Amino acid sequence: MWPMTPATQRSISDEIAQLHAAAEPGETRTRLDFAPYRSSTLRHPTKQPLAVDPEEVELAAPVFGQSDVDPIEADLTLHPQGEPIGERMVVTGRVLDADGRPVRGQLVEIWQANAAGRYVHKRDQHPAPLDPHFHGAGRCLTDDEGRYRFTTVKPGPYPWRNHDNAWRPAHIHFSLFGREFTQRLVTQMYFPGDPLFPLDPIFQSITDEQARRRLIATYDHDVTTHEWATGYSWDIVLTGSHATPMEEDDHA
Amino acid sequence: MREQGRSTPTPGQTVGPFFHYALPYDDGPRLAPPGAAGTIRLHGTVYDGAGAPVPDALLEIRQADAAGRIPRTEGSLRRDGRFTGWGRAATDAAGRYAFTTVEPAPTRDGAAAYFAVTVFARGLLDRVFTRIYIPGPALDGDPLLTALPEERRGTLVAMRDSNGGLRHDIRLQGDGETVFLTFPGHDG
Repeated sequence: MWPMTPATQRSISDEIAQLHAAAEPGETRTRLDFAPYRSSTLRHPTKQPLAVDPEEVELAAPVFGQSDVDPIEADLTLHPQGEPIGERMVVTGRVLDADGRPVRGQLVEIWQANAAGRYVHKRDQHPAPLDPHFHGAGRCLTDDEGRYRFTTVKPGPYPWRNHDNAWRPAHIHFSLFGREFTQRLVTQMYFPGDPLFPLDPIFQSITDEQARRRLIATYDHDVTTHEWATGYSWDIVLTGSHATPMEEDDHA
Repeated sequence: MREQGRSTPTPGQTVGPFFHYALPYDDGPRLAPPGAAGTIRLHGTVYDGAGAPVPDALLEIRQADAAGRIPRTEGSLRRDGRFTGWGRAATDAAGRYAFTTVEPAPTRDGAAAYFAVTVFARGLLDRVFTRIYIPGPALDGDPLLTALPEERRGTLVAMRDSNGGLRHDIRLQGDGETVFLTFPGHDG
């Protein structure tokens, strides 16, 4: 239950440290039950999930194509009235399955706060400026190598109400599909060296440090472009697909 | 258990509270045109562990068509009359979701028909999977349902409403907690 007064960062950090100390090493999945993230308390299932083999409908991801996505949707800095304020950046990487095969022609969706840490959302009450030239949502299809590429501005960190003086590290939300319905993933990409990492109960809901690092992009000078934009690389690995390669060829 | 040579998947993170301007879209919940012959409403409420509605959840469904075929056609974002067998709906302020779609038929003779479902929400740190089965005699032979204790089976089966549609609530936690699923390779 919500305490009478919000928890301090110190007590949240203590809770995180206790849960991490008790965790099995190599627990690479995000915990659904992670009390330092207060909103998870009543929203995590308490029973073990039932292990099942996927059937036909779960072996078939939705299909997206050129008729769904306009290439300009990958550039979040395009706005008819002007350019957004902030550090222009390119974020790119590959969507792979657990066997290292590229996920081709599949939908990637992103959304993020602006450079001041404010979302274009009616429920975002952070008193930071909205940017009239930045909406903060984009889409693209992966290419034949599974590569996505977005142009945007670097999002700012922002305060939230999990506890007193709570701040989220800067991040971009990513929504991904694989070849199968079972490979669906929604996650967040973070930026290297963020001082807010140890304080954030959402990031820390992954108890294994190596696993957490999989959510942090790499600054990539080969992606950075001369006098234009900084560059970040981030590859995403989906859960393994269950169909045999031959079955997949049939559906290609 | 991880098979040799496989990479560890990227962990999930919550969809958060601010997805509404990015993920939902007008045609998301309308897999088939409302009012057309054969369309039904699939609807219900998402609840938390205190029985309160969840106003910031997002559901996605994947399904066969009325002949049991699984469409592999693009156009879910800009439907233009195409039935793609995939849809997305956010819950409203009262925690309710609704899809307009066709009722899926079994993909094999004698199998039970269902919607495959993914649930996202603020406060839910990673997506969860479940199924919504169409009520009927085929359920008695379904391997997943028969493996469940009887009191939990009902959490996966829709109820027929008075308009011929399907009503199905999702309970993330607590009394009547929905059965959620894990697939091989999902346990890191």
